[in-house]
Amino acid sequence: MEIRPIFASLRKHRIPACLIVLEIALACAVLCNAVFMISQRVSDIHLGNAIDEQGTATVVLRGTDDKLVGSDIPRNLAALRGIAGVQAVAVTSTLPLSHNNWGWSFGLDPDATISDQKSHNVSLYFVGEGADQALGLRLLQGRFFNGDEYAGSKFDTAPLPETHVVVITQSLAKKLWPGQSALGKTLYSMPHYYAVIGVVADVLRPAIGTHSGPYTYDSTYYPISAGGSKGVLAYYVIRSAPQDRERILREAEQKLASLNPGAVTKAQTYSDIREKYFADMSSMAWMLVLVCVVMLAVTAFGIVGLTSFWVGQRRRQIGIRRAVGATRGHIMQYFQTENLLLTSVGVVVGMALAFGINLYLMQHYEMSRMPWYYLPGGALALWLLGQASVFGPAQKAASVPPVVATRSV
Amino acid sequence: MFAYYLDLALHSLARNKALTALMVLAIALGIGASMTTLTVLHVLSGDPLPGKSAQLYYPQIDPQDIKGMMPSKEPPEQVTLIDGLNLLHAARADRQALMSGGSAPLDPEKANVDPFYVETRYTTTDFFPMFDAPFLFGHAWTAADDEAKAREVVIARALNDKLFGGANSVGRTLRMAGVDWRVVGVLDKWQPNPHFYDLNTGSYAYGEQVFLPLQTMLELGLDRNGSTDCWGNGGGGVGSILPSDTCVWLQFWAQLDSPAKAAAYKEFLVHYSQDQKALGRFQRAPNVRLRNVMQWLDYQMVVPDDVRLQNGLAFGFLLVCLVNTVGLMLAKFMRRAGELGVRRALGASRRALFTQLLIESGVIGLVGGIGGLLLALFGLWLVRQRPSAYAALAHLDLSMLFITFVLALCATVLAGLLPAWRACQIAPALQLKSN
Repeated sequence: MEIRPIFASLRKHRIPACLIVLEIALACAVLCNAVFMISQRVSDIHLGNAIDEQGTATVVLRGTDDKLVGSDIPRNLAALRGIAGVQAVAVTSTLPLSHNNWGWSFGLDPDATISDQKSHNVSLYFVGEGADQALGLRLLQGRFFNGDEYAGSKFDTAPLPETHVVVITQSLAKKLWPGQSALGKTLYSMPHYYAVIGVVADVLRPAIGTHSGPYTYDSTYYPISAGGSKGVLAYYVIRSAPQDRERILREAEQKLASLNPGAVTKAQTYSDIREKYFADMSSMAWMLVLVCVVMLAVTAFGIVGLTSFWVGQRRRQIGIRRAVGATRGHIMQYFQTENLLLTSVGVVVGMALAFGINLYLMQHYEMSRMPWYYLPGGALALWLLGQASVFGPAQKAASVPPVVATRSV
Repeated sequence: MFAYYLDLALHSLARNKALTALMVLAIALGIGASMTTLTVLHVLSGDPLPGKSAQLYYPQIDPQDIKGMMPSKEPPEQVTLIDGLNLLHAARADRQALMSGGSAPLDPEKANVDPFYVETRYTTTDFFPMFDAPFLFGHAWTAADDEAKAREVVIARALNDKLFGGANSVGRTLRMAGVDWRVVGVLDKWQPNPHFYDLNTGSYAYGEQVFLPLQTMLELGLDRNGSTDCWGNGGGGVGSILPSDTCVWLQFWAQLDSPAKAAAYKEFLVHYSQDQKALGRFQRAPNVRLRNVMQWLDYQMVVPDDVRLQNGLAFGFLLVCLVNTVGLMLAKFMRRAGELGVRRALGASRRALFTQLLIESGVIGLVGGIGGLLLALFGLWLVRQRPSAYAALAHLDLSMLFITFVLALCATVLAGLLPAWRACQIAPALQLKSN
């Protein structure tokens, strides 16, 4: 295939050629960044969470008398255990992705305080007896709390429990003590300190910010007795087989409401909590998908329009070429190659532009660096789009009969 | 002449319907997408209290310990209880209010209504006149009620409708958090967006149903929502226990009617910090800020990142659509080279041709703008179906309507400039010959 005639002809149509290049470049830049944003959100929506998401449900009970929780909580739990099909129940202060986040900063030195620059911020989960079973936490090292540790832990005036044991997630253990076992190590925030007795598989924090990051799994668990919980143990977590969950949740809410007149209940399955947390993110992702599709369609129609115009303008030249021996295939090839050349220039400019936009977004927004393969990916998409949209007009060009050359108009 | 050109334009547009439709559609899609996101951005970055916000200031002081100090770092975003009460009692501003948010269980004492939670605001008497909160019935509690820890509440209109059927409930009793409260006032519909005075409880479409004196809340230890930041051995409080003295958890707002007063108030904050340092309470050198409402919202970056990203993306999309339209218009104008050549040969000036072509592109812009407006209305409807807190606020207002048309017309006329200029460069003789 001879390329030189194509260049010669493009030189004569500089403005339309530049427009196609510009359109391809812009589309490529927007496409790469939009697809990257979509993929970030999709991966956030599917973040792992080592609890039994399908089998757990929760009733949040608020407005009870803090002074009576010592007897209320065991009574409520016993009533919930009586529901047919319930596998485990427990009370906790919050759940992953519930938005109800208590954070605290701990250091690794005995004199560390909450405001130290090098302290690590973590989320606090206060849990009552049996929470590991009810949530389906996966213990990787050490052990979970024993009965004495639950019974002996209470809140005094600080929002940290008066106990000295903690269970942390695997990610946090690796981050705080890289290359060592976390068991037996201590977290400090004067005057409180907690020894790590167990490590569980990664559980999400109650709130992970707008995007996942290195802190997404920084969760810690503390035992707390019902009597010393000062009303923080508001989440009744109920575990069952997934198919029983809806029925059990309804029964559980009714039971809790009738046992605690005047209190406010709110029942949710864990799947609902998760879906609600990510609802905004997924609608943003769908909007991005919509914009990308429409933009590609507009670009494709633009290419079709401009190429058709060119074909119309060059009917005579095409006829002459056909008359002097060019096959239909040659004519098709000519327009396809021309499009390939223009698209190639467009995607090179577009990739540079995409990279620049990504750098700008990284500076001004919570955005990470776009992996390199997005650039060739976007380029490939536009090459295919260009070839697909030029096919129709090229075929029309190839069907110009040689006899056109002999007509004067 | 204009009417004639318009006629010509319509004729020419009707001749090639597919191409015209394509151009109009591209413009409409671009305008629709960008106007949708721009409207959302416009609504979210709006002034919550037009006319008043410039006089409302959010003082910040720095009571933190010396540990972890970084020079030129911003002071905390809230105040401690001690500092809040000190500033309140100093009464150096025209008006001032100290506040925090929370929630409380409300027992309607009606058989058919289950107990429910209400959002509460614990504040002081100046809150209402300072923020222009309109009263439907009754009035605010007084400064004396503040100090007397009165069990009095101001409730929102929606709650009044729910509990009292919309009647004047002033003087009636409300059972909340196990305590009886006397209703002293009912607010008419009032929901500043963004919820500027406390951004910790949600920035948009958030409104409290019950307002009660802060001092009463301190006495009873009601539930708090929002953010608490501590330092040193500070503890955030748990249950009914309040955060310690080394925690910030309250918002303090001041009304300062003139810039001179604002400058004087900033001086006062510096002096206050120095005094507290001399007393040994503060450890850092005075580090104060005094932002008004819009500056505070700006500093807090209250508009969600996603909204600004969407807006950027939509304008990128509009740009693609415009380049596309430039290309198509160029094709269209150049295809008519023969016709234009004839007109030139018959004596039409380049300028006349140029005007004619620009009017043609203007028509496309106008039709595209109308299409874009319809698409934007549909887009905003889609936004309102979304789960975000701000979704319900997404409505087109008059100014945005105007901007839509200006944007559509400017964009298309701009897009028409290059093709029109190019088409006018035609040498008439050459065109006539080739035909």
